[in-house]
Amino acid sequence: MEPILEIRDLNSFYRQGGNAFSRGRTVQVLQNINVTIGQGEVLGLVGESGSGKSTLAKSILGMTEYQGEIIHHSRRPQMVFQDPYSSLNPAFSIRRIVEEPLRIYGKYTPAQRKQRVEEMLQAVGLGPEFYDRRPAQLSGGQRQRVSIAAAMIVRPRLVILDEAVSALDVTIQDQILDLLMRLRREYDLSYLFISHDLNVIYQCCDRVIVMEKGQIVEENTVDGIFDHPVHPYTKQLLQAAQ
Amino acid sequence: MLLAKKWDRRPRAAADAGRHRNHFLWMGSILTGIMLVLILVGYVWTPYETTGMSGTEKFLAPCLAHPLGTDNFGRDILSRIMEGAGSTFFIALCVVLIGGIVGTIIGCLTGYFGGVPDLVLMRVCDAITAFPSILLALVLITIVGYGKYPIILILGILFIPSFARVVRGEVAKERNLNYVASARLMGAGHLRIIFRHILPNTIQVLLPIAAIGFNNAVLAEASMSYLGLGVQPPDASLGRMLSEAQTYLARAPWYALFVGLAIVVMILGLSLLTEGLQQRRRS
Repeated sequence: MEPILEIRDLNSFYRQGGNAFSRGRTVQVLQNINVTIGQGEVLGLVGESGSGKSTLAKSILGMTEYQGEIIHHSRRPQMVFQDPYSSLNPAFSIRRIVEEPLRIYGKYTPAQRKQRVEEMLQAVGLGPEFYDRRPAQLSGGQRQRVSIAAAMIVRPRLVILDEAVSALDVTIQDQILDLLMRLRREYDLSYLFISHDLNVIYQCCDRVIVMEKGQIVEENTVDGIFDHPVHPYTKQLLQAAQ
Repeated sequence: MLLAKKWDRRPRAAADAGRHRNHFLWMGSILTGIMLVLILVGYVWTPYETTGMSGTEKFLAPCLAHPLGTDNFGRDILSRIMEGAGSTFFIALCVVLIGGIVGTIIGCLTGYFGGVPDLVLMRVCDAITAFPSILLALVLITIVGYGKYPIILILGILFIPSFARVVRGEVAKERNLNYVASARLMGAGHLRIIFRHILPNTIQVLLPIAAIGFNNAVLAEASMSYLGLGVQPPDASLGRMLSEAQTYLARAPWYALFVGLAIVVMILGLSLLTEGLQQRRRS
């Protein structure tokens, strides 16, 4: 399988307590992370809160300071955030939110943009009645569909799903997962699927990595992890999920 | 029983309709409308010439020929209020535009980027607001000079901090929301994020601030002209006229009364209008 993203010896930091006069102290969040995501693969990333899952996502997207190598074999990856309430601009209409990435990217005429936006919204299951609504007029599941449409309209190869379904009801969760899996087939996408919910991970991932305190403690296929967990922390997580 | 039900229903329907009626918006529109009509008509036509003096018609009480009476030079007060309200309105508008635009830009940049420039500029704003504004205006007047346009500039500068501070706070709050992060991920530049993504979300706080600013600007112009530092005679402005009227308060009380009333209508109208608009936005 061809890799779409390779991470080698990644160490990631954030600053604490910095102000205008001092730079604060740096705290190391990730230690020696090595991950490869293959083309078309869904890689699950589990771990408790504070284990560095989101920091890894941010590092991949270039939003933190890091040392090490992150090799992208594709255009900019996109991300779908956990909270569908703050991740959509409340001042924009749904149409505008989905269109904005195309505007930033440039190179499209208004007519082309309009067409692609409508196709994309259709693909995530939002009809014309939603185009001119504001995010505040949508339910959580509908908002997450909009986020997905906005992330995928630029046709990324890799999409990072940071707890993308965790804030939703179970039934809506299933619908969104179905949608994500369908889009993966249609657009030939790879996902980095970050979640603390092992059931969701089990449903949709090919491979799983387990993180604890900024380190990867176990990495295996989804069946391997669930049937034969090796690391005590993984066993603990599995036990907690039952 | 049936009849009673019918009777019950009508008042309730009326009450429901009444609850949705926006009284602030109505009153505000009417008052502001009256003021705007006066001002706009005043630009092209006034009943008498605004600087036309008459030795024989001094201190006339309101009558048919002069509905609001005449002043110490025999000039028609209605005509002068029409002109004066216009120049007061114009000055206040310019002041709010200068303060609003510059303040918003400063607030956006400091709120978004933070760091040392933010710290310095906000302390400068603190320093400006710490001084009594009249005193600061007087200091600036000694530097720039007085008159209509210097006053616009000076009041505009003094109004910058109030806008900058509010916008800065809003932008600093919005900056950490995920929609900003996701715009950044899509490759949007800082300026695009600030002005296209964040700024529209600060309108809800910017509008009331602009309305309050406008009212303060009307009062500030009035006080500057009252002190003789704003609009110069023989031109009319509400503050200028109020200061003249004060001298003749006992002899021609209607002079001060009508000018004061014009200021009240202007400010009250706009306040009610913005309150009504906000109420409509909320519902």
